[in-house]
Amino acid sequence: MSATKSYQEITADGLWNNNPALVQLLGLCPLLAVTGSVVNALGLGIATILVLVGSNLSVSMIRNFVPEQVRLPAFVMIIASFVTCAELLMQAFTYELYLILGIFIPLIVTNCVILGRADAFASKNPVIPAATDGFMMGIGFTVVLVLLGAMRELLGQGTLFENMQLLFGPMAANWKIVVFEDYSFLFAILPPGAFVGMGLLIALKNIVDGHLKARAERNRADEPKPTVDRRVRVTG
Amino acid sequence: MAFIRVSSPHLHRPLSTRKVMQTVILATLPGLATLTWLFGWGSIINVLVASASGLLFEAIILKMRRRNPLPALKDNSALLTCVLLGIALPPLAPWWLVVTGTFVAIVIAKQLYGGLGNNPFNPAMAAYALLLISFPVEMTQWVTPASLLDNGISLGQSITAVFGSAVNVPDAFTMATPLDGFKHKGMLMADEYWRQSNFLPEKIWQAWATASIAFMLGGLYLLWKRIFTWHIPVAMLGTLTVLSLLFYGADASNYASPYVHLLSGATLFGAFFIATDPVTAATSNKGKIWFGIGIGVLIYVIRTWGSYPDAVAFSVLLMNFAAPFIDYYTQPRSFGHNKARKGIKNEK
Repeated sequence: MSATKSYQEITADGLWNNNPALVQLLGLCPLLAVTGSVVNALGLGIATILVLVGSNLSVSMIRNFVPEQVRLPAFVMIIASFVTCAELLMQAFTYELYLILGIFIPLIVTNCVILGRADAFASKNPVIPAATDGFMMGIGFTVVLVLLGAMRELLGQGTLFENMQLLFGPMAANWKIVVFEDYSFLFAILPPGAFVGMGLLIALKNIVDGHLKARAERNRADEPKPTVDRRVRVTG
Repeated sequence: MAFIRVSSPHLHRPLSTRKVMQTVILATLPGLATLTWLFGWGSIINVLVASASGLLFEAIILKMRRRNPLPALKDNSALLTCVLLGIALPPLAPWWLVVTGTFVAIVIAKQLYGGLGNNPFNPAMAAYALLLISFPVEMTQWVTPASLLDNGISLGQSITAVFGSAVNVPDAFTMATPLDGFKHKGMLMADEYWRQSNFLPEKIWQAWATASIAFMLGGLYLLWKRIFTWHIPVAMLGTLTVLSLLFYGADASNYASPYVHLLSGATLFGAFFIATDPVTAATSNKGKIWFGIGIGVLIYVIRTWGSYPDAVAFSVLLMNFAAPFIDYYTQPRSFGHNKARKGIKNEK
């Protein structure tokens, strides 16, 4: 990997090519545990973005002052401070959601995506690219969280965007869409449903990647080929 | 000294998958017939709905996987899975329950893992466990034995119950299974429970015992045909008997007797038809014994202290997880070789 990446590359990596949830398969514990509904997923996603951007920014700023041997404890300390900030913010502004997400807010500290990005990217790159990387990785993670949350909410209880007022205030109370009346499929809400849903999302990404690759190859085939040396006749 | 003269060739043709599966399906028939005799048409309808939908799903998913569906459909493995699932589901279960079950069994538990021979979990039991945790109400209603109803449930009534729009089967037709009832007997002593309301629980249990024995006969036929070896059923039933004897002997008023454990619920059906699945069980003979013991222990533990009344599906699935591990530690020694070294090699 070259030392510097362009912002397009950082964006593409975070959202698709190196998506923390679908490709790196990091942070699966919160991913699988809280994606029972869109609002839970979005709440945790926003908290994770906040922590990722903050920690990448700070780690990048101190990258030249921290000795190699103690870098991980230092990073964890920074991450833990940001998680505490996120936790206090959620307590202040979205208290009910904070209660629902419970232990998974403090557990953001142990989310491998955050330490992984701090160590693999932020500690080797300048401040602005590091913050961009944190933001894009966070968005990539949140999109997967919300997709999985929507899938499970729809399959599990037949609704979408229930309880959005927990995150967006009273005006979001009527955002709830009831797709199926009187419907319940507990499996999708329970953890096994998260595993199956996650597997299907990864499979979907692989299908799309396969199509993209095939198209790229077709395009390459259309281009005029460089002249190939004629095969040397070796028989008769 | 007389030698029996047998002309060559002496080679046997190994049984084809198709033939094995066909034999197992045939062996379920006595049990299925007994279920129908005792509990009405529900089980047969289940099996038919499951087979039709299961074969359809198998064909569709094989097409999507760009495989030729015909050989796979003809090998009867999907059909067997569907028959087993249809028998395991409660009679008169709504049709969508059965179809969801076959979808999970065939598409998710079997084909997404790579099809026959590559599935780590028993497809029928994976589907059963999923349905049990998703739809506990529909899955724990079992039909009352026909002998205890004033008029049996007619075929027409059964079909209306399965395909009708009504949410549930009329309550008069259904009641708790013996294991479920015993689990929720509350403060009653064991013999009080069996005798209450004019020996009703005992009568229901007798119906279950009859069906269980019919399944065992089918299983013994398979054993005689050498479709599977004795190790798994014997280890599983033996463990369950020993454990239930121990607890029953210590406190007969609170723990179910070995008879109840062996002859109700899915014990015998599971021992002969589910746990012996060659794909998902352990492979060596020693491994099979450990596999069976594990299932027996888990069944007893979950039935007695867990929150679900029956435990065959969960126990088999949990031991399916453990099968590769058991295989690793029970590799048989090939003749003339040293004993296999266990664990991680420690280089000096």
